[in-house]
Amino acid sequence: MKRYLGFAAGAMASVLVLAGCSAGGDSGDESTTIKVAYSKFGNFTQMDDHMKAVKEQYEAANEGMTVELVPIEALENDYFTKLALMNQSEATAPDVMYEDTFKVKSDAEAGYILPLDDYIADWEDWEQFPENAREAGAGDDGKIYGVPMGTDTRAIWYNKQLLADAGVEVPWEPTSWDDILEAATAVKEFNPDLIPFNIYSGKGQSEGASMQGFQMLLSGTDDVLYNSDEKKWVVGSEGFIDSLGFVADIYQGELGPTPQQALDKNVNTTVNAEWLPQAKLAMSLDGSWVSGTWLETGTTPWPEWNDVMGVAAMPTQDGQGAGRTSMSGGWTLAMGAKTKNADAAWDFISLALDEENSLSYDIAASQIAVRTDVGTAPEYVDSNPTFAFFSELVADTHFRPANTEYAKISNEITVAMESVMTGQQTPEEAAEVYDTAVAGIVGEDNTTTKSD
Amino acid sequence: MTSVITPAPTAGRSTPPGGGGRPGEKKRRRRQALVRSIPLLPAVLLLALFLFGPVVSSLYGSLTNTSLTGSTAANSDFVGVQNYVELFADPDFPKSVLLTIVFLVASAIIGQNGIGLTLAVLMQSANRVVRGAVSTIVVTAWVLPEIVAAFAAYAFFHDGGTLNEMLGVFGVQGPNWLYTFPMFAVILANIWRGTAFSMLVYTAALNDVPPEITEAAEVDGASGWKRFTLITVPMIRRSISTNLMLTTLQTLSVFALIFVMTGGGPGTDSTTLPLLAYQEAFKFGELGFGTAIATILLLVGALFSVFYIRALKPEVD
Repeated sequence: MKRYLGFAAGAMASVLVLAGCSAGGDSGDESTTIKVAYSKFGNFTQMDDHMKAVKEQYEAANEGMTVELVPIEALENDYFTKLALMNQSEATAPDVMYEDTFKVKSDAEAGYILPLDDYIADWEDWEQFPENAREAGAGDDGKIYGVPMGTDTRAIWYNKQLLADAGVEVPWEPTSWDDILEAATAVKEFNPDLIPFNIYSGKGQSEGASMQGFQMLLSGTDDVLYNSDEKKWVVGSEGFIDSLGFVADIYQGELGPTPQQALDKNVNTTVNAEWLPQAKLAMSLDGSWVSGTWLETGTTPWPEWNDVMGVAAMPTQDGQGAGRTSMSGGWTLAMGAKTKNADAAWDFISLALDEENSLSYDIAASQIAVRTDVGTAPEYVDSNPTFAFFSELVADTHFRPANTEYAKISNEITVAMESVMTGQQTPEEAAEVYDTAVAGIVGEDNTTTKSD
Repeated sequence: MTSVITPAPTAGRSTPPGGGGRPGEKKRRRRQALVRSIPLLPAVLLLALFLFGPVVSSLYGSLTNTSLTGSTAANSDFVGVQNYVELFADPDFPKSVLLTIVFLVASAIIGQNGIGLTLAVLMQSANRVVRGAVSTIVVTAWVLPEIVAAFAAYAFFHDGGTLNEMLGVFGVQGPNWLYTFPMFAVILANIWRGTAFSMLVYTAALNDVPPEITEAAEVDGASGWKRFTLITVPMIRRSISTNLMLTTLQTLSVFALIFVMTGGGPGTDSTTLPLLAYQEAFKFGELGFGTAIATILLLVGALFSVFYIRALKPEVD
């Protein structure tokens, strides 16, 4: 008898263990809780403020509903990873998520987010979103997966006083890469303790390095990353090597931060919260949103920022084309595919991005407004003296390839940047490694050597 | 030791060689053995579920093209050994293997085991106060959780960290250790963190060496070094084998320490296999590819284990 008891107990134990493994997500039909996942890291706390405010409004308007905020405190790249991992399980998948426009297509294909077309059809506010803004949230199948919160452009922020002291004419209007290198050298000669020019680079900064750094250079050459006519990725281009060459000139020429400073995971926070306000850095290639850090609502209020800092458009390599260039991206709100209450999730999204809430977010986070009514509101235009400059750059801006493979290829760009900035490879060698990697990702047939 | 634990062969007791028991006896015994092993079932199930399960799932995962995002996140395909083919063609891979082996040999085999054994031997002849002080200091690093130890090491080797501040007192301008000598820094950190474990194992083993044998050797005129290599080392051979295996497996899987200190950089200069696997799987979203690297790591660990077991023959006395 005893041994049967023992057996029964053993069997029970294993059943319990197995049951424990399968009992994951909770059941319940219409969930009364919606989970909202977004990024909160370093200087970027505006989204957190915004979501907290919308949570209050939403809960007040919908009795019985609870909004569970899930701020993810991680570097941008880790944010994408954490979000993807959350999306894999029903128990953790968010109902609403803060989604980068360049991730929309691949996440739609991964089945992480839902098309919003049915909801948008009945949404009056959608008229306020111009066609190109709508495109930003579209998937490969043409359906809308994300509602844009704002967009951005990129340019060079510079310290007027430091440049003037170094003998550079202010307002500074560089017309070629050489102008930048010249100004940087002048700053270096004026005071060797200053960091002349910052360009994000390396794997740690991931998309920031690829977009704010590399693609701001490449888009000013005669070459492109992706040939949209042939629908093929460009390899072996001169522009790619030249862009890496510029990164090498800055880092190996000691015109930027030291490579170890630039590879620090927190350099992005350091640049905008310390180096610029403390006048340790003369020029920084960065986004239109940077001034949000210095507003009263930001993490590092700096009332004098507008007197100290100037902005200059990024020149093309030799002044070709329009003579200036920029890159644009932006973020959206998207609905999680594993949501148990899609209607509630949509209500939250549409509330968070109505006129009033978009206005307050775009001002606080220094976003270029996408909603027409917000973009033309005097309250918005007057709130930040750089808005006019950055909005005007939209005329010569570029977008990242709207393509599901982009995210992987962007990673390879940061690998090439890091090996060049640390001097481990020459620009030519790094470009060759990149070409091989691209062929590995998209297949030899989907690459071309022609940029147009 | 094994021969003491293993019960005397039971077969010979009930059945004389050549068989010939009552008919049905064999069957009954087999059934009895089966029933008696039933209580082991839960343990076997648990082992299969939690130890063998992940190995199989890792092996399978490495044969697919599953990723964190994009179409292959929703529907991954079985791609055979393609991940391995790409891995062996990847220039980062041989470098990463080399760095892993350098890290392993320098920090685990030479560092932790060598220093651990030396400390244990020296402490045998030290007085109680010294012994207490040294073991407290050494064990402190072992008591720290890995992430805390990693931050401590980061603060020590950082450009403006403790080490360079101390060097500065003597007027020496230290290099940026984490950037200029990343492998050196993480190897030292791992030695610092892991030596206590080896020291404790060897102290226990040395206490088991009967003093009369060493004394007899001393009477025969063997020098200190000879007594150590000819008497002590062979007698603690089994502990050496076990300890080598444990520290090797531990060191092969070190991730947080390197990740916090250098992030695998600069470039790929301190990217050991666990960091490469992390980078591919979670930074670049290539889960299948990252799992392939993890599987290789598993194989490397298994190879080392087999080597230690064979080379040091712990079971023969």
